[in-house]
Amino acid sequence: MTTVATAKNWDEFMEGIWKQNPVFVMVLGMCPTLAVTVSAINAISMGLATTFVLIASCGLVSMMRNITPKEVRIAVYIVIIATFVTAVDYAIQAISLTLYDALGAFIQLIVVNCIILGRAEAHAARNPPVAAMTNATGMGAGFTIGLLALGVVREILGNGTLFGLSLFGEGFQPWVIMVLPPGGFFVLGSWLLLFSWRARRKQALEATHHA
Amino acid sequence: MGTVEIRPAPHIRGERTVEKIMLNVVYSLLPVCLFYIYQYGISALASMTVVTGACLLTERWLVKTGTQSGTLADYSATITGILLALTLPPGFPLWMGAVAGFVAIALGKGLFGGLGFNVFNPALVGRAFVQAAFPTAIATYTPSFLPGRFFEFIPSSLAWPLMMPADATIWLKEKHLDALAGATPLAKWKFEGVLAGAEELITSLSGHMAVGPSPLLILACGAYLAFRRYLDWRVPTAILGGAGAVAWLLYFFGPGHYPNPFFMLFSGGLILGAVYMATDMATSPVTPRGMWLYGGLIGLLTVVIRYYSGLPEGVMYAILIGNAATPLIERITQPAPFGKGVFGGARKGASYPLHPGYISREEAGAVTPKKRILKNKPKADERRTPNS
Repeated sequence: MTTVATAKNWDEFMEGIWKQNPVFVMVLGMCPTLAVTVSAINAISMGLATTFVLIASCGLVSMMRNITPKEVRIAVYIVIIATFVTAVDYAIQAISLTLYDALGAFIQLIVVNCIILGRAEAHAARNPPVAAMTNATGMGAGFTIGLLALGVVREILGNGTLFGLSLFGEGFQPWVIMVLPPGGFFVLGSWLLLFSWRARRKQALEATHHA
Repeated sequence: MGTVEIRPAPHIRGERTVEKIMLNVVYSLLPVCLFYIYQYGISALASMTVVTGACLLTERWLVKTGTQSGTLADYSATITGILLALTLPPGFPLWMGAVAGFVAIALGKGLFGGLGFNVFNPALVGRAFVQAAFPTAIATYTPSFLPGRFFEFIPSSLAWPLMMPADATIWLKEKHLDALAGATPLAKWKFEGVLAGAEELITSLSGHMAVGPSPLLILACGAYLAFRRYLDWRVPTAILGGAGAVAWLLYFFGPGHYPNPFFMLFSGGLILGAVYMATDMATSPVTPRGMWLYGGLIGLLTVVIRYYSGLPEGVMYAILIGNAATPLIERITQPAPFGKGVFGGARKGASYPLHPGYISREEAGAVTPKKRILKNKPKADERRTPNS
């Protein structure tokens, strides 16, 4: 019984990381994905902030799912999400002001991140708290991985560093375009290309195996 | 079972194949390339080889993985590579040239599905990418006709991959050539207010000016192509005419503020862009009126970008914008079909038969459909209805 439950939880968790990765598969939350992934540090902080909001608000939404009137549920979700975003906003401001300035308005904009609202509506409102929070953790981790994948490439090419550590020494030629908005689109496009190419190849391989 | 070969339009049987047209463009580019190598020596040769090689390898890879249609043998990637190399500074680091070539084919052509499907000129996509990525390197020109250019690389060419190129000014100082500034005539005019002389611009021969191949040579090669109908003369004419007219107007009203139209026409990459880039068949309109509109738009935009923006050169962005506008231009310049309306417009529901007058890049061997106009139009009561 426990193993079945664990396996189910594991599936729930892995769904967000791989099968339904918010960045690479569902292509949700593109606004922060493109805007704050100039460096790996920014990307990972944004991902963690979103993950925290996601887990906490999904848990609360799930706990309140039986007493929330259907007509005002979106308003309830927004209030819950906004509460946690405010907490994160103050927390980041207290921890590091430079990071707070780098992320700018995108911390407050977590409120309208469609991953969170989508998870609250599609999953947390229909499942018990543990399942909802497991799923939210997976989604948050998937989002963080997605942001990190963009941030790493953009920081290495655009600045020659990774987490602020110089990789190529002096004389590295930065690719200016990578820290500009077009760089975000190019890198995201390349990752999506890689994922869809993989998926197609897998399909083609399966088709030949069955034939 | 025979194999099905997928090829880009037009699907007209004729003597002219894509390969033949492309090969002729390559031939016509050879004198331009040779002159460029004569100007800048071994660095230009290396740059051309590396950029074209990168284009061909990328094309080979994309065709092999099935992302893109076409083959290497259609020479289109060769043209992209050569044109891209001609737009880059001769001392452009070779690794950046390889990046440009890869982006040109992969992003400019392969992603759209190959030759004939691309929206933008691939060579200019590659150039736009490296201009945004490496703004310093792409603005660093070295003087032409330096002594010893056939045996010595410009030091910035040989930068290690991902590394910053060496500073060309130090190298020039060592050769006691620091008096020769490495700026292009356009940059000199824009940032220093110095206007280059007419014959220097036209032949690229005198002095150590940092310019591309001679505009006269490019025009001659373009004339060969236009004469053999491998490119449409309307596009370059419209671009040069448009740019010249706008530049002349501005010069007429503010001669102290603006350079003369001659300088506008023969400096920078306007001639190369007008003859070889804007005439790219996949990315320019097919309707004759559309070509005039397209060319005029590019000419106007070139002048506007050169005079009123922070960039010294605007041909690349002008052509890219023109490429983007091409489908719209084609839509509003559809030629009048058979059965014109009263005011010369198209009759409602009229069809467009395939006629060389409508397709300006006509095929040499294409068959012209005959006009089928009934001499005696049957009267209304004589018309047979299917039910009777």
